[in-house]
Amino acid sequence: MRAATRLLLPWSSRLSYTARKGIHTSPQILSKDERPQFPGAKANWTEKLEFVKSDLYDGIPVYRVMDRDGKVMRPDQDPKLPKDKLIHMYQSMTLLNSMDKILYESQRQGRISFYMTNYGEEGTHIGSAAALEPDDLVYGQYREAGVLMYRGFPLDQFMNQCYGNELDVGKGRQMPVHYGSKDLRFVTISSPLGTQIPQAVGSAYAFKQQQKGLCVICYFGEGAASEGDAHAAFNFSATLECPIIFFCRNNGYAISTPTHEQYRGDGIAGRGPAYGIQSIRVDGNDTLAVYNATRAAREICIRENRPILVEAMTYRIGHHSTSDDSSAYRSVDEVRFWDSTDHPISRLRKYLVHNSWWDDAAEADWKKKSKTMVMQAFANAEKKLKPDWRLMFTDVYEKMTPGLKEQMKEMEDHLVKYGDHYPLKNYAKANTPLE
Amino acid sequence: MLHRTLLRSATITLRNSKFQKLQNADNFLSSPKVFSRLSSHFTYVPDTVSPSEGETVRMNMFQAINNAMDIAMTSDPSAVIFGEDVAFGGVFRCTLNLQEKHGKDRVFNTPLCEQGIAGFAIGLAVSGSTAIAEIQFADYIFPAFDQLVNEAAKFRYRCGNQFDCGKMTIRSPCSAVGHGALYHSQSPEAYFAHTPGLKVVIPRSAVKAKGLLLSCIRSPDPCIFFEPKILYRTAVEMVPSKDYEHPIGKADILIEGDTVTLVGWGTQVHVLREVAQLAQDRLNVSCEVIDLVTIAPWDKETIYNSVKKTGRLVIAHEAPLTSGFGAEIAASVQKDCFLQLEAPVQRVAGHDTPFPHVFEPFYLPDKWRCLEAVRVAVEF
Ligand SMILES: Cc1ncc(C[n+]2csc(CCOP(=O)(O)OP(=O)(O)O)c2C)c(N)n1
Repeated sequence: MRAATRLLLPWSSRLSYTARKGIHTSPQILSKDERPQFPGAKANWTEKLEFVKSDLYDGIPVYRVMDRDGKVMRPDQDPKLPKDKLIHMYQSMTLLNSMDKILYESQRQGRISFYMTNYGEEGTHIGSAAALEPDDLVYGQYREAGVLMYRGFPLDQFMNQCYGNELDVGKGRQMPVHYGSKDLRFVTISSPLGTQIPQAVGSAYAFKQQQKGLCVICYFGEGAASEGDAHAAFNFSATLECPIIFFCRNNGYAISTPTHEQYRGDGIAGRGPAYGIQSIRVDGNDTLAVYNATRAAREICIRENRPILVEAMTYRIGHHSTSDDSSAYRSVDEVRFWDSTDHPISRLRKYLVHNSWWDDAAEADWKKKSKTMVMQAFANAEKKLKPDWRLMFTDVYEKMTPGLKEQMKEMEDHLVKYGDHYPLKNYAKANTPLE
Repeated sequence: MLHRTLLRSATITLRNSKFQKLQNADNFLSSPKVFSRLSSHFTYVPDTVSPSEGETVRMNMFQAINNAMDIAMTSDPSAVIFGEDVAFGGVFRCTLNLQEKHGKDRVFNTPLCEQGIAGFAIGLAVSGSTAIAEIQFADYIFPAFDQLVNEAAKFRYRCGNQFDCGKMTIRSPCSAVGHGALYHSQSPEAYFAHTPGLKVVIPRSAVKAKGLLLSCIRSPDPCIFFEPKILYRTAVEMVPSKDYEHPIGKADILIEGDTVTLVGWGTQVHVLREVAQLAQDRLNVSCEVIDLVTIAPWDKETIYNSVKKTGRLVIAHEAPLTSGFGAEIAASVQKDCFLQLEAPVQRVAGHDTPFPHVFEPFYLPDKWRCLEAVRVAVEF
């Protein structure tokens, strides 16, 4: 009997956890006034039949630092970042914006096959990236190129990936915007939504175990948060006590699906407490609010080995992707409102101008310069050949299997005969042996 | 639930027992009374190892697997074991005492969520930890299918080898157990064989289970290790105590013969050993019995060489016939051994139905169905 009871109790969870959460260790002697003893929850009795309402409160408030004019509302909330850092933040946002414009256009002209812009969400990327340490590991969805931009991913590399040319570190295997960089600790993007979320939790557990003093940040959209993997991740991160920041970009749409068809609770932040996760909602167009929330989240999750959920409210100004025309499901006026009155780039610019760190001349100068840099990188990438076609067969496994070697050889023989019918001249010939 | 039936008595006897005591409990469990519900469609033939392998200890398959994980945890401080109910030793006792020995941070329960377990394993591996994850039954691996097929399998490829999750291994009990019905009997290897990037391994014995599991855990590629659960207690033999590995991708020729090649894996290997004997006794036919061992990437060379010698091939697996892994072997053999084949390749498999409860004896590719396939091949 004693042993049987033991099996029912959470004896396998770590001691610190048991102590902190005050989980009871054995049923008390029953008395009239005893509290409920059910192992599944800590709660009082009630004799009133009452359902908990889902709209008891007004919604988790949206934390902001600046108003739409870039004025700090409460001085103690101004992170007072050094000028250099702020300029780097602003330039990363605007450089991303220039790159988006040019690559979007190039897709329209058929020069790359696909593209996704970041319009309106630059503040979420840059504000959060600036609050992290360079060695913190990033898992993303696909609309987080600003994080790479802030970390110094070269324009050439963005372009090489979109062109899938021989300089692409991904070897031309994935669709455009599926970036990744081992050096910048940005885990390569993949298309299946939500899959990165439990993976990020696993990496955070490894960090805790290796006592790295680092955290993992994991980005995803509010649409992806409906995936089963999001549920898995939130729950695992809490029970396994992982130093991870879940960063949700809630931009109002998942392709054509508006949020009221995505969920009926209080957004994504509203779910955090149900998993035992401390949560906050921020104004995603307020780069400084995003910075503050991420910085504080980072401190808590590393100090206490626990997950934090940040929901950044924003608006997807661009189309979902180059395969989408968003005027089919939302009004042009709605888009114009966000673009013209509440844009993260213009808001941060106003803040810089108030501090006399930026002016029209600097703006014009930087605009010209950034456009030139982007055009230059674009031209370079376009000129390059695609990788050796035989790189199609490597990296499936660490070493090519006999079966794969056989298939590669068959294709080589085939091309000796039928090479004229394939675009071989556009592909480089690797000068190192393939394995 | 199946595992309760199987383990209730074990749990009572084994609670708090140490590793050595398991032997007794095991004998108790193997007694005909406890296992009266299990149909015995095969006779287990233990593996033997040469004296050069050093000291050996009598173990069943779950103990060999436990021992492999113990060794892996000791030799690699980054290794962690997790899954549903692994902390108290696992519903099949495979992780018994490992938490006590290696700590709660290294052997721990997860919430009940297979996609989470697989995703979590990938993330650990990406960040340099060795992840040994358990899916409680192979039948429940499907919620993790997306993580395994779209993520784990493609991780290295899609990033140009910048990141990989090779340090992950998923272990899962599979295949028939006598009364497991639809969801405690499946053999899902063919689903994964269709996925480039994964390695899929199935042991037939305690000796192989230990060597192969250690290889999987240390392999630079993500591995799925299916453990035929009926062998957990049935497969008893002398297992080397040392740390050793068996190669992934290498089939074993268990019985040499010259008229028909019989290929199987997991429990089915033991059925085929009996079929070889029956074929000898009743048909005067000499069979070569091969354990494929690794489903992906599979050992074509060993199979081809055998078929080129015998001219006849019978493939048997518990999983359903259509698109089972036998189809892949058959198609490859007919392409590459066409001139040497004396008869059509025979496939003996589970029927194209879900795995049934009371009809299990009629479902499995048992020795009589296999024997008939041998006869057809020889008399063609
Ligand atoms: C598992 C899966 N289902 C569907 C898709 C197709 N898809 C790509 S993006 C997208 C919408 C995602 O919306 P959200 O997460 O809100 O991110 P946003 O695009 O708004 O940044 C869908 C349905 C996919 N990539 N993966």
